[in-house]
Amino acid sequence: MPATTAETVARCQTLFDDLDFTAARAWKEAAPGRKVVGFLPVYAPLELIHAAGCLPLGIFGGGDRMEVIHGDAFYQSYICRIPRSTVELGVTGRLDFVDGMIFPFVCDVIRNLSGMWKIMFPQVWTKFFDTPQNFDPEVGGAYYIEELKELREGLERLTGRPITDAALRASILHYNENRRLVRAVYDFRANAPWKAPASEVYLLMRAGLMMPVEDHNGMLADYLDAAEAEDRPRRDNVRIAIYGSFCEQPPLNLIKSVEMAGCYVVEDDYALVNRFLTEDVPVDGDPIEALATAYLTKSVETSCKYVPREEDKGRFHIAQIRKARAEGVIYASPSFCDPALLDRPMIARRLTEAGIPHISFKYAENSGQMQPIREQAGTFADSIKLWS
Amino acid sequence: MSDAVKEPSMLLQKELIARNYDAITSARETGRKVSSTFVPGNLNELLLCFGIVNNLPEINAIQNGMRKLSGDYIMTAEKSGHSEDVCTYVKADIGMMGKGNIAPNGKPFPNPDVLLLSYTGCYTFMKWFELLREEYKCPTLMLHVPYEGDGQSTKNMRDYIVKQLKEVIIPGLEEVSGVKFDIDRLREALRNSARAEDDLVWVLEQGKRTPSPIDAYFGGVYYIGPIFTAFRGTTDAIDYYRTLRAEVQARADAGLGPLMPDGTTLSEQKYRLVVEGPPNWTHFREFWKMFSDEGAVVVASTYTKVGGMYDFGFRHDPDNPLESLADYCLGCYTNRNLPSRVEILTKYIEEYQADGLLTNSIKSCNSFSAGQLMMMREVEKRTGKPGAFIETDLVDPRYFSAANVKNRLESYFQMIEQKRRGGSRAA
Repeated sequence: MPATTAETVARCQTLFDDLDFTAARAWKEAAPGRKVVGFLPVYAPLELIHAAGCLPLGIFGGGDRMEVIHGDAFYQSYICRIPRSTVELGVTGRLDFVDGMIFPFVCDVIRNLSGMWKIMFPQVWTKFFDTPQNFDPEVGGAYYIEELKELREGLERLTGRPITDAALRASILHYNENRRLVRAVYDFRANAPWKAPASEVYLLMRAGLMMPVEDHNGMLADYLDAAEAEDRPRRDNVRIAIYGSFCEQPPLNLIKSVEMAGCYVVEDDYALVNRFLTEDVPVDGDPIEALATAYLTKSVETSCKYVPREEDKGRFHIAQIRKARAEGVIYASPSFCDPALLDRPMIARRLTEAGIPHISFKYAENSGQMQPIREQAGTFADSIKLWS
Repeated sequence: MSDAVKEPSMLLQKELIARNYDAITSARETGRKVSSTFVPGNLNELLLCFGIVNNLPEINAIQNGMRKLSGDYIMTAEKSGHSEDVCTYVKADIGMMGKGNIAPNGKPFPNPDVLLLSYTGCYTFMKWFELLREEYKCPTLMLHVPYEGDGQSTKNMRDYIVKQLKEVIIPGLEEVSGVKFDIDRLREALRNSARAEDDLVWVLEQGKRTPSPIDAYFGGVYYIGPIFTAFRGTTDAIDYYRTLRAEVQARADAGLGPLMPDGTTLSEQKYRLVVEGPPNWTHFREFWKMFSDEGAVVVASTYTKVGGMYDFGFRHDPDNPLESLADYCLGCYTNRNLPSRVEILTKYIEEYQADGLLTNSIKSCNSFSAGQLMMMREVEKRTGKPGAFIETDLVDPRYFSAANVKNRLESYFQMIEQKRRGGSRAA
C-alpha cells in the first residue's frame, strides 16, 4: 500500500533531522566495499557517483538543529554559516563514514573549504569540482568533458573499480527519472499549492539527497499519488517564488513561516541539484559528453554561473515565475552570501522591469526569530492582494 | 599627516600612474579604446598589442580609499540596493559612478569600450562586471581561469585558457580596437615583462637580509604597482624596476632598512613578519606606523603575489606566449588552493627567518579570508612560530578600528618576545 503524504513527510523529516546520517551509515554497512561520497551545493554530477556504486550524500550544512562550537573557531564573523556547520559536522565525527567529498564551484568560501578539508581530513578523497563559465561546446564543453573524466578517474581510484559507460548510462536513466518526478512535484505544487505545502516539498527534496536515487524515485511517485488524492483546505494565499536560497538553506521554520504569513510558494531554488539540469540527459551517445552538453545547454540560471549576454540576465527567473504563475518574489539570501547578494540588485532590476513585485531579506541556516519574517512576508502578501 | 617622503622609484611610479590616468581620461580625444580589467589575471601585454588603455577598477578603489573618498561611495552604493555584506571594491566603484566617475586627475572616466573579465582567483569579479555591463552596455569578454583545486594546474586547464584566448579574447579585442593581433608584438611585450619580473623578484627577496632593506607589505604595495597594473610588458616597467633595484641595493649596502613615509629608515628591526592578506587602504599610513613604531618590518607577504607569482620561478615566456599567459593566470596567489598557500607561507617564514605570521583578514575578500584561521594554525604548527590575526577592510573606513588593531599588534609583539625568551604561554 502506498504511503500517505503524512507518512512520506514523516520519513523525510526523520532523515532531515538526523545529523548523524544513520540511514547513509546503514546503507554503507549493508554491503562490503560500499563508499559514501558527500557533495555540497549547488551542482555536482551525481550520476557519476552513482555509477561508481557510491551513495551520493548531500551535505547541506547543519541547519538550526546543531550547535556550532568548533566551526566558529575556523571562520570570521563575516563569513556565512554553511562552512562553519560543515566543519562542525566534520570535526565532531558525524562524517567519519564519508569516503569522499566533492566541493562544487559555488563561491570562494566553498572553494576554500575544499582546501581546508584536504588538510583537516587527509584520509578523505576531496575534490574541488569546477564547472565551466564558457558555454561554447568547443571551448567550455571540451574543458568540462576532461574535468568530468578526471572526476570519473578520481571515483574509480576511490572505489578501485572502473566506471563503465554502460553503468553511467544506467545511472543517467535513474536521474532522468528523478528529474522528471521532481519536475512533476514542482508542477503539481504550482497547480495546486494547497495540496503540496512548500515545507513538505522541501523535506521531500532534501531527503532525496540522502538516499539512493531509486528509493527517492519511488518516494516521489508515492507522494504525487497521495497528494493528488488528499483533500486539503485551499486558502486565500498569494503565489510567490523564492530565490537566493540555492546554497546555505533556510531553517525549515522559515519556509513554514512564509506559508503561514499567507504565501503559497510555487517556485524556489532550494536544493537545486536535483533540477539543475532541466531536461533528460541523452543516453544514446557518449555519456560523459551527454552530461557536459546538458550542463552547457540545458541547465538553470543561478548565481554561480556566468550569464554571457546581459540581455539574458534574469530571463530564466522571469520564465520560471511566469510558468509557475507566481505573483511576487521573495529574494531570501543567506547573510554574507556573495553569489546571492551580488546578484540581488540585478535580479531585482529585472523583476521590476517585468512588473513583478518583490522583497528581500536575509537569513542564516540557524535563524531562530521568525516573527520579522512572518511580518515581512505577510505584509508583502497583503500588498499583492491589495494592489497587484 | 605630512606629505610622504618619496624615493625616485616612487616618483617615477607616480608619474607613470598619472600618465595612465591621463591616457584613460583623454581617450575620447585621442581615439584610443579603454578596457576595464582586474589585477589578478591582468592581461596587460595583450592589451598593449591592441593599443587599448588599461583601466583597473580595483586600483581606482584603492586610490579612492587612500584619498578618503571610498566611504561615501560605498554608502551611495548601499543606498541603491547593494548589500552591506559584499565586497567594498565593488561598491566603491559603483558608488563612484553615481558621483560622476571622476578619476584621480579630476577628469571624468570615459565609459569603457570593453570589460575584460579575467576571472582569476576571485568569485566577485564575475558579478562585478555583470553589474558594470548593465551600466556601460559594452562588450564583456570573459576569460575563465580554473582554480587549482588539487594544488597544481593541469594541461586541461591550460588548454582551456589558451582556447579562450584564441577564440574569445583576442577576436574580441580585435573587434573593439580595430587592430589585428600581432603575436610578435605580444612576444616583445612578454620579453619586457620577464626582464621586469627578474628585478621584482630580486627586490622582494632582499627581505631575506638582516636588516631587511625593504618592507614587503607596506613598501611592497608600491613595488608591485607597475607590474600589477598597466605597465607590465612595457619598457617603463623595466626602467622602474631597474631604478627600484638600485635603491634597494644601495640601502642593503649601507645596512639600512626601508624608507618610511616620514623620511626615516626602519633600520632598528625588532620583529620580522610575514603578512597574509591585503592591506587596509583607508588608513594606510596609520596602519603602517603601528608596525614601524614597534620596530616591525614585513619581510615577505602574500598580497604582493596576488597579481602574479614570480618568486617560485615563473616568468612570462615569449617563446610560448599564450601558454605563458595561461600559466601566469593560473599561478596568481588566490587561484592556489589552501594547502599550497600554507606551504608558501611556511616557506616564507623559514626562508625569510621571520618571527611569525600575521594575518590581516579582510571583510570584503572571501577569496583571501575564508580559511585563514585554519591556515594560521597550520603554519604555526609547521614552523613553531606564533601567528596573529587582525581584521580590517579594503576600502570601507567603518571597518578600521585603530585601537583594536593596535592592541592586537602590541599583544602579538609581546607574544613574540615571550617566545624568544622561551616562555610557553602566549600573551
